[in-house]
Amino acid sequence: MKSGLTLLQSLLALLAGGMALCGLIGAAISADAEILLTVAVGLGALTLARFFFRPISLWLDGLAAVLIAVALVLALPRGSAMPGHYWFAMVSAWAFAWLFVDQLSGEIRKGTVPRKTMGLLIPAVFGVALLVVWEIVTRGANVPPVLLPAPSAIGAQLANSAPILWADFVQTFIKSVIPGYIIGCLAGLIVAIAVDRSPFLKAGLLPIGNFMSALPIIGIAPIMVMWFGFDWQSKAAVVVAMTFFPMLVNTVAGLNAASSIERDLMRTYAANYWQTLLKLRLPAAGPFIFNALKINSTLALIGAIVAEFFGTPVVGMGFRISTGVGRLAIDLVWAEIAVAAIAGSAFYGVIALIERGVTFWHPSVRGGRA
Amino acid sequence: MNRVLPILTILVAILAFWYAAAIWMNAPWQNILNGRANLENVPFMEFAAQTWAQDKPVLPAPHQVVSEIWNATMGLEFTSRRSLALHAWITLSATLLGFVFGTALGVVLAVAIVHNDATDRSLMPWIIASQTIPILAIAPMVVVGLGAVGLTGLVPKALISMYLSFFPVVVGMVKGLRSPETIQLDLMRTYDANPWQVFWKLRWPAALPMLFASMKVGIAISLIGAVVAELSNAAGGGLGVRLLTGSYNGQTIQIWAALFIAAGLAAVLVAIVGAAEKFVNARIGVRA
Repeated sequence: MKSGLTLLQSLLALLAGGMALCGLIGAAISADAEILLTVAVGLGALTLARFFFRPISLWLDGLAAVLIAVALVLALPRGSAMPGHYWFAMVSAWAFAWLFVDQLSGEIRKGTVPRKTMGLLIPAVFGVALLVVWEIVTRGANVPPVLLPAPSAIGAQLANSAPILWADFVQTFIKSVIPGYIIGCLAGLIVAIAVDRSPFLKAGLLPIGNFMSALPIIGIAPIMVMWFGFDWQSKAAVVVAMTFFPMLVNTVAGLNAASSIERDLMRTYAANYWQTLLKLRLPAAGPFIFNALKINSTLALIGAIVAEFFGTPVVGMGFRISTGVGRLAIDLVWAEIAVAAIAGSAFYGVIALIERGVTFWHPSVRGGRA
Repeated sequence: MNRVLPILTILVAILAFWYAAAIWMNAPWQNILNGRANLENVPFMEFAAQTWAQDKPVLPAPHQVVSEIWNATMGLEFTSRRSLALHAWITLSATLLGFVFGTALGVVLAVAIVHNDATDRSLMPWIIASQTIPILAIAPMVVVGLGAVGLTGLVPKALISMYLSFFPVVVGMVKGLRSPETIQLDLMRTYDANPWQVFWKLRWPAALPMLFASMKVGIAISLIGAVVAELSNAAGGGLGVRLLTGSYNGQTIQIWAALFIAAGLAAVLVAIVGAAEKFVNARIGVRA
């Protein structure tokens, strides 16, 4: 085949170019299209030439995707639905982006482009494409903002109400999540180390701990609010309860991870219990402990926010979300969600980074793709 | 016996601790009550019994919770608004629906990820990132938003459960579908197997153990999703609503009862998946 593409890629290329052509025809018939968009879909339609003449570079596909997407977002009318033929352009841009990504991953596999930077480009393209489609669908189809606000509206709200969002962030994340997370994880770690010395306790606690981490512990939130009051203490208590059991179970499992040959070596060194623990078994348990830390980082944020549904002072992410839903201030709610998502991802990312540094010896860190 | 004894010991210890804590935490209020009734120098055993029998205790004693569960399930008509069995059923149906959706979505995504490089590279990071978003926190909004387009009742709750439960399935299935070794894949090549056959005869059976392990995690969090999704729709019923109304009215025994029912449901569901796992593994001859 002249285009030098796989079957899937050929189909995508056909879809992308064809949709661009439809968009062009639609613009010609209705004559109400923006100039820029018409030019962009025109260029997109030209890529169909690849089937007749010679293959074109994948970067041209990427360029076409970007051009059509940008032109389309700029051409979106305010306050009314967009003309029907604009949808062709959206599908075309999506297909171009997919085609680009598919070809790029093929190139990465062949090793013709550097893996590190290009590997990051692909998920980025997907994320941006998702945002663009969201923007186009919500504004183009004139979805009521109460239902689903456009990303641009959420971004504007994010900038506008930064002080409120910051206060909520401090209340929920700094005051509730962090202390609760630290206390819960430390308690789980210490109890696990204590339990580890007694096989009897271990045999009893491990099944119960496993069982407890499968339970909807989040349900204790109303009880904690009754016991510890409306302020951050009750939220921190929920976070402690939620993070404790995953840490306990994982640490107990991790402390068994050192093999008997390594323990025997410590014995031949005449190492005592604490030396074995600190120099062999805790480091060997590292991957398990970090696994629990990562699981807990999401659980902690969820726990704190949900606990705020049961009663809070008039600040906090959960409070803002529940009252925002009630007042139909949906863009503020989405801004809050964006903050929560960024905070959650950053929290997770920081722990993953620390993990890379601490457990550098582990195969999952040393070797290639996780 | 070797495994039961330690667990029983711990359970008894927890119960003993619980009763002791109930005395301690309910004591201040009981002192006030006794003061009002002009009771003085109540013997300790009698005082303890009093703290275990309050109407709205700070910490209800286990037997109070158990009797509340019994009264609210067996003692009431199933259709009664106060019947815990009805609320448990509402939650259970949302959980199961969401779990089925989530597992199906997870398997489909995993198959796409394993068979297409571009899907793998573009989707996988976002699937992982999707779980750092505290979706439970926005459950109320999803429920309200879907309610505005006319989707009410079971489906919005099930969607929350789905969002939570698809993740472990994707991760587990990707691992499982990739678990066949090169030598096995090469064997399939020498048989001239097409991709379809490689999938059904090698990858899928190899992934089944991982699928069940993921489903056990998935069904537990799917229940959590359903409970939290119910918090925002007090009219719809469900265990989450019982938690919420209990917390508004200070009905601690009701909260604990709902909590225990939820815990019991989780245990039963996980056990069912576990039993299915054992059955399937035995059928396909997985060595334990």
